[in-house]
Amino acid sequence: MRRTGAVLLVGLAVVAAGIVVASLRVNPYLYFAGYVILQYVVIATAWNILGGYAGYVNFGTPAFFALGAYTAVFLIQSMRAPLPVLILAGGLVSALLGLGIGYLTLRLRGVFFSIATLALSIVLQTMIMNWEYVGGSRGLSVLRPSGPPFGSYVTFLFTVMVLLAVIAVTVARFIERSWIGRGLAALRDNEEAAECMGVPTLRLKLFATTVSGFLLGVAGAPFPYYVTFVEPNSAFALDYAVNALAMPMIGGTTSWVGPVIGAVLLGTAQQLATVTISSEMNLFIVGVVLVAFVVLAPEGILGLVRRLRGR
Amino acid sequence: MFSWELLANALVAGLLLGGFYAAVSLGISLIFGLLDIANIAQPAFLILGSYAAYVMNTAFGLDPILTGVLFTPLFYGLGVVVYRVYYGSFERRGEESLRGLVFFFGLLFIIEVSLSLKYGVDYRLVQAAYIGKSIDLGGVGIAYRLLVPCLVGLAMTLALYLFLGRTFYGRAIMAVSQDGPALRLMGANPVHIKTIAFGIGIAAASLAGALLITIAPVIPSTDRDYIGRMFAITVLGGMGSIGGTLVASIILGVIESLMGTFFGPSWSLAMSFGILLIALAVRPAGLFGR
Amino acid sequence: MKQSWKRSITWTLVGAVVVTLVLASAGAFTARAADPIKIGFGMALTGGLSANGKPALLAMQIWKDDVNKKGGLLGRPVELVYYDDQTNPSTVPGIYTKMLDVDKVDLVVSGYGTNLIAPLMPIAMERKLTVIGIFGLANNEKYRYPNYFQISPTGPDPATSTATGFFELAAKQNPRPQTVALVGADAEYPQTALVGARELVKRYGFKTVYDKTYPPSTVDYTPIVRAIKALNPDVLFVASYPPDSVGMLRAAHEVSLQPKLFGGGMVGLQFTTVMTSMGPMLNGIVNYDYWVPEPTMMFPGIQDFFKQYQPRAAKEGVDTLGYYLPPYAYAAMQVLGQAVEASKSIDQQKIADYIRATEFTTIVGKIKFGKNGEWAKGRTLMVQYQKVQGTDIEQFRGPGKKPVLYPDEFKSGSIIYPYSAALK
Repeated sequence: MRRTGAVLLVGLAVVAAGIVVASLRVNPYLYFAGYVILQYVVIATAWNILGGYAGYVNFGTPAFFALGAYTAVFLIQSMRAPLPVLILAGGLVSALLGLGIGYLTLRLRGVFFSIATLALSIVLQTMIMNWEYVGGSRGLSVLRPSGPPFGSYVTFLFTVMVLLAVIAVTVARFIERSWIGRGLAALRDNEEAAECMGVPTLRLKLFATTVSGFLLGVAGAPFPYYVTFVEPNSAFALDYAVNALAMPMIGGTTSWVGPVIGAVLLGTAQQLATVTISSEMNLFIVGVVLVAFVVLAPEGILGLVRRLRGR
Repeated sequence: MFSWELLANALVAGLLLGGFYAAVSLGISLIFGLLDIANIAQPAFLILGSYAAYVMNTAFGLDPILTGVLFTPLFYGLGVVVYRVYYGSFERRGEESLRGLVFFFGLLFIIEVSLSLKYGVDYRLVQAAYIGKSIDLGGVGIAYRLLVPCLVGLAMTLALYLFLGRTFYGRAIMAVSQDGPALRLMGANPVHIKTIAFGIGIAAASLAGALLITIAPVIPSTDRDYIGRMFAITVLGGMGSIGGTLVASIILGVIESLMGTFFGPSWSLAMSFGILLIALAVRPAGLFGR
Repeated sequence: MKQSWKRSITWTLVGAVVVTLVLASAGAFTARAADPIKIGFGMALTGGLSANGKPALLAMQIWKDDVNKKGGLLGRPVELVYYDDQTNPSTVPGIYTKMLDVDKVDLVVSGYGTNLIAPLMPIAMERKLTVIGIFGLANNEKYRYPNYFQISPTGPDPATSTATGFFELAAKQNPRPQTVALVGADAEYPQTALVGARELVKRYGFKTVYDKTYPPSTVDYTPIVRAIKALNPDVLFVASYPPDSVGMLRAAHEVSLQPKLFGGGMVGLQFTTVMTSMGPMLNGIVNYDYWVPEPTMMFPGIQDFFKQYQPRAAKEGVDTLGYYLPPYAYAAMQVLGQAVEASKSIDQQKIADYIRATEFTTIVGKIKFGKNGEWAKGRTLMVQYQKVQGTDIEQFRGPGKKPVLYPDEFKSGSIIYPYSAALK
């Protein structure tokens, strides 16, 4: 209980720090770059709940992310809903998607779930491309609301993303340390054995997929206001799929710390690369690093640190 | 807008496309269906084969299918290397599921981005004597560009079927997929057998890639269109059944063709994934699955 | 005696101070003259639009070299600051913010393409920047930002710009065509072009017998062209991106689809690599274009541009003829440069006001901006591929293979109608 209190305090402190940074109005570029990195913290953490804790690999991160973004677009277009509503709605819709896909495939082997998620992105993208109301294949321009605090709307989004990141990490940590996390770990190591021990594997898996989907949708909901032009190709970009995988893998999948480390490291590196070497070389390097880590250091940076400490 | 001629043409085009899809799916049918290795990078090897055919075609004017056949040993070797890494890093440690999948995904990504860096995103196509011509059989046109790959695909399917059924290594592959330890007791090394099978799977991909670029222009991200198709076909056909793969390929090809002709092509790509999801939900063992 | 010494020293000191001041201020001026004017932009150097982004960048670099050879802008050298936007709109906010706040660029230009210009608009409006857009389609329609100017010959109504010439030509033919088939990709530009096409079909009273779209990842176009052929339309208007333009055309040849008028909005057929690989399959197609090497299109400076562009393009491995986008990218910079020189400042509002009020002379002809920053008068050409033989690139370098049919002020040849006559 004391630990939980301490965690909440830390979380609040981080959010407060974020607000302070925002009101300082330092170089605006930092808010843009910071938003993207924090967004990846949420994405990586969300992915890891299902991937790292439960062992089920989701290749369809773009589908969940984009669904959150497009839910927001729909609500912006139809009723100019305020940001908290967008975030909640985006999260709920993606959670439903997670539940649906989970229900369809989690009774089968893990590999089928992964293949289904691969297909998911493309099916969803086709559906969005045919939905004119949210822009279809042409894309849609979204006007940012006016008169936000902090002067610039993106700075405001930055603080929102700080809050979302803290929430995501708190949720992940909570799951990890609860009986849910222990159950997930059990089924990750040996699903049949876990079943035999009475672990409600299907329900846990569905829970993980739903929560993971929720957080991914939450990450996507503010995206329309950040980028102001939403079109299917970039909303469903493969970058999200690879990064969602690479960041937890590089950071370490067994704990909530891993995705955060991975997201900060890889996210920062990519932001720097966009404005320096700036090309697909940057994506190539992510791929190589991912494979290298998977082959050589499967437990990620956390694992390396543990080994160094002599555990 | 319906006419029998249109229907006939759509059916024939679908059948031809099906033969080609069989070529595309053979590799994954072997690797995933029989060896149970979820090689998501297979489409990337497919595209790699397409680009190999493109390079040879532009530089030396070589017929793409000839290139595909010539490069088979090269891709076989590549497959062997990939499997060795996979086996050493994952299978031996028993950690296949998560890390193996991520490994292959990373591989897919690296191959696609490398091709993108080297060749850019311009569409690449090949020239061959039979591209652009077609023959007309009683109102039904048959494009050579579709016919030749279809025939090659059927030939590949037959060859693989016979190989698996009639040769020593073929039967060993079937055996290792059913019972690895038993095979070891019979004196054959399962790892060795799986290496061969994986190599053949990748080699099949390269030849299929050459067929692909014959049918349509190719860019590095074309592989993503085929991920769904490959797995849909393998699952629908039944894991480990070559005959099932062929049947499922034809079914998919015909459905895509009919959808494209009568309902507008918008949804035909999503069809294959829809089929995959339905198959997984209703009958994961597939039509001819064991 | 001591007095004169003191006086000499005093005067020497005064002289020294004056000389130092003069030298110092001269040094200050020289320092300002060497202080470059930075123009920043994102450009699609990788990703789907890089085939056009890279030639555009090259054209802009040629402009920079030309301007610097003549002493720069306002006496200051011009420096281009650019980053690869990877054809991904989500990189645009970050890139432009960095350029403005970290690299401290003085002026900005857009990247290439509607999707990459769109995310720039809110930033431009927030910071009151003057933006020149390169080949965007109706980016300003929603925002109506007065300091946005578009370089693209589509004119005041981008949706109909492609279809107008095509259907006007159709209506002029004798006997007048009756039926029209419309087909296009599920993507931004083709959808817009189809909207315009439908409007024109209604205007001219044609009858639509087919109107469908396809996903851009379609492998096989045969079912589509067969369905179209079964309806036997007189006119076939296609709005497609490069891969589908090629696929559609090849499939059409395979099934011998021969409407009387074929083409319209097929992107990609203007690219050098496509022209040289398709060769005679292009014959008869009446398609949109923006610049062709016909005698009616030789504006001042354009030939000098190509003399510089083509060797450099060949070396860098980008579109070697450069007859599509590059001149317009160069013209965009010309407009910006001329506005800076004429308003004698880099003040965003002064530049915008000047651009709005002026008719510019550029290497793609005279440009005057109208509503929403679009060109006051559209100038999308309709050309027809004629007598193309083999796949040699040199036949496309000069006039003859792509005569301009529309608009009249640039007409340089006559249409071969119906389509089948051009295939012989």
